[in-house]
Amino acid sequence: MQQPGRAAEIKANGIGKSFGSFRALDNLSLDIGRGEFLTLLGPSGSGKTTFLMILAGFVQPSEGKLFSDGVDITNRPAEQRAAGMVFQGYALFPHMSVEQNIAFPLKVRKKSAAEIKTRVGEMVERVGLKGHEKKLPAQLSGGQQQRVALARALVFGPGVLLLDEPFSALDKSLRGQMQAEMKRLHQETGTTFVFVTHDQSEALALSSRVAIFNHGKLLQVGRPDEVYDRPANRFVAEFLGEINMLPVKGVRPADNGATGLCEDRAVNMRCKAEAIKGDAILAIRPEDMSIAPEASVNQNGIAATAVASTYLGAATKLDLTTRQGAKVTVSVPNEVAAAALSKGNSVWLTWPAEKGFLLPDGGQ
Amino acid sequence: MRGTLSDRMGAAVLMAPLLLFLILAYAWPFLGVVKWSFTLPTPGLGQYHALLTDELVQSVFIRTLRIAAIVTLVSVTAAYAITVVWVRGSPVQRVLAEFCILVPFWISVLTRAFGWVALLSNRGLINTWLQSIGFISEPLTLVRNEFGVIVGMSHFLIPFAVFPLASAMRSLDERVLLAARGLGSSRMRTFWTVFVPMTRSGIIGSAMITFVFSLGFFVTPAILGGGRSVMIAELIYLRIFQSPDWGLGAAISVVLVVFVGALMALLFRYVKPKQLV
Ligand SMILES: Nc1ncnc2c1ncn2[C@@H]1O[C@H](COP(=O)(O)OP(=O)(O)O)[C@@H](O)[C@H]1O
Ligand SMILES: [Mg+2]
Repeated sequence: MQQPGRAAEIKANGIGKSFGSFRALDNLSLDIGRGEFLTLLGPSGSGKTTFLMILAGFVQPSEGKLFSDGVDITNRPAEQRAAGMVFQGYALFPHMSVEQNIAFPLKVRKKSAAEIKTRVGEMVERVGLKGHEKKLPAQLSGGQQQRVALARALVFGPGVLLLDEPFSALDKSLRGQMQAEMKRLHQETGTTFVFVTHDQSEALALSSRVAIFNHGKLLQVGRPDEVYDRPANRFVAEFLGEINMLPVKGVRPADNGATGLCEDRAVNMRCKAEAIKGDAILAIRPEDMSIAPEASVNQNGIAATAVASTYLGAATKLDLTTRQGAKVTVSVPNEVAAAALSKGNSVWLTWPAEKGFLLPDGGQ
Repeated sequence: MRGTLSDRMGAAVLMAPLLLFLILAYAWPFLGVVKWSFTLPTPGLGQYHALLTDELVQSVFIRTLRIAAIVTLVSVTAAYAITVVWVRGSPVQRVLAEFCILVPFWISVLTRAFGWVALLSNRGLINTWLQSIGFISEPLTLVRNEFGVIVGMSHFLIPFAVFPLASAMRSLDERVLLAARGLGSSRMRTFWTVFVPMTRSGIIGSAMITFVFSLGFFVTPAILGGGRSVMIAELIYLRIFQSPDWGLGAAISVVLVVFVGALMALLFRYVKPKQLV
C-alpha cells in the first residue's frame, strides 16, 4: 500500500518558538532523512511536543523555516501537510467506530467506497484489529486504541508519521510488544517516523537516530550507539543511562588518544583531546568497568572500597567510593560483587581505554 | 456519580429544604389540580373525554407543539453559533458573546415582550424602516401571530439553550480536532463531521430544555400572540379565570405535566444532569 520513495525528507532550519517570554524551542536545526526512524528524546517540558506540533503544522514557529523534500512548508496549514500523527492520548473520534476512524482520512481525500473498503480492511489486518471493526473507541483497551490511532495515521500513506509518546499510557509488557510492532510497521511502510518519548531505553531500542532535547535546545543527534557511547555533554551522558564521572587533571593529546591523571594515576583515553585540555571529566558506563585485585601500570585503574550492593538478578550493582571520595557504580557478576564486599578493603576498578570518554569539566 | 456515604448524606441534608419547598409549593397544590380534573363539575373522566373531543383544545395542543418545535430549532441553532464564539472565539469575541448571553437575564420577560411589540408592530421600527427604504408598501404582519410568538420566545430561550452546549464544547478534547485537521480535513468538514457530533449530548440537552420551557410559555405568547395564537398555558388561564371551567383547565394542566414529565425522563436517559450546566 505504501509506495516506496514517498517517504518525506524534512529539514528544520533554525526553528524557535516563544510562548510570551518563555522560550519553548531555541534555534533548532535538524535534518530528518527519508524513511528514517528518528526519536526525539528529552525530559518532560523540554519542547518535544512543541517541535512535533510545528512539524505537523498545528503550531507556527516564531522563527526559522521548515522544508519537506526541499519545499518550504513553514506556512503550509496542517491539513495540507499530510503528516500522519498519533497524539498523546490517541485523540480518536469517540463517535465513530474503529472502521470509520480509520476510513476518515480516505473519505476526506474522496477515495471511492471500494478503495476505502479494501484499504481499511488491509490496515485493520495489519495492526491486528480484526473483529473489532464495529466497536467504538470507548469499548477498546488502551493497546487497541493505540492500534486504531496508528492505523488511522498510516492508512493514507503519509510521507511522515509523527508519534507523541504513544506508549506512555501502556503497561510495560504491552509496551514491549507495541515497540516490536512499531519497528515492523516502519519497515513495512518505509515511511519516515518521528517518535517522541522521554524513555531513553525505548529511544535506544527503536530508532535509527536519536535527537536529545533539554530546555528547548537540541543537544545532540546521532545513532543510538553514538549518543550512548560518545555523548556530547554531561546531560546527554546522564540522561541516556547511569554513568560514572571521575575528575581528570592535565589532559593532553597522546598516541592514538589522550592521557591525564585520575586520582594521581595516569589514565589513557582513545578519544581525541583537542577540544578538551587541562581539567576534564572522565565518564565511564557502569557495565564497562570491572573489578580486579590489581591493576598493572599501563592499565586504566583506580582504587576503591565497596560500600553497598543491589542484587538485580542477572548481575549486581555495586556502589564504591574511591580514595579521593568519588562515588562509582559498577555492574558486575553476582559472585564478584559478593567477594568485593566481603573483603572490605580496597579493590581496583579497571576499564579499557576505548570505553572512557572525556567531557568538559563541570560542563553541561 | 458515586460518592462516599457521608458525601451523599451531606448532599441529602443540603437538598432537603429545596425538596420540601418543591413539595409544598408545587406538588401539593398540583394534587389539588389533579383532584379538580376528576371531580369538577361532576366526578368522573368527563373532562378527559371532553379534552379528547374538543377541537379548540386539540388545535391549541397542536399549535403549542408546532411552536415549541420551531422555537427549539431556532433557539438551539442560534445558541450553537453563539456558544461556538463564546467558548472558542478570541478573547474579545468571548467577552462580547458573554455579554449577549447574560444581559437578557437582567431584563424582565414582560419588558422584552413589549420591546418586540414595539419593534414588530405595523408602525414599529422594522416596518417603518422597510417602508422608508421602499422595500415594502404595506406593513408586514409581524406580530399578533405565530411569527411574533416564535421570535419572542426564541429570543427569551436562546440564553438557556447556551449552557448545555457550552458544557459539551468545553469538555471536548482539543486534540481530536487537531487530529482531524492533521488527517487532511478542512475546518468546515471538521466542524460538521467531528465537532458537531461530539457535542451531541449538549444539543440534546439544549433542545429538551428549550422544548419543555416552550410548552409552558405564558407571558410571551399572550402578549406577542395577541389572542390570535393561543398556546396551552394561556388556554388553561382562560379556562380557569375567564370561562370558569376549572375541570377542563385542570385536565389540560395534568396532561401537560404528564407530557413534560415523560420528556424529562427521556432527557435524563440520554444526558447526565451534570452535562446540562
Ligand atoms: N501553548 C502553550 N502556551 C504556553 N506554554 C506552552 C505551550 N505549549 C507548551 N508550552 C511550554 O513549553 C514547554 C515545552 O512543552 P512541550 O513541548 O509540551 O514539552 P514536552 O513535550 O517535551 O514535555 C513547557 O514548559 C510548556 O509548559
Ligand atoms: Mg509532550
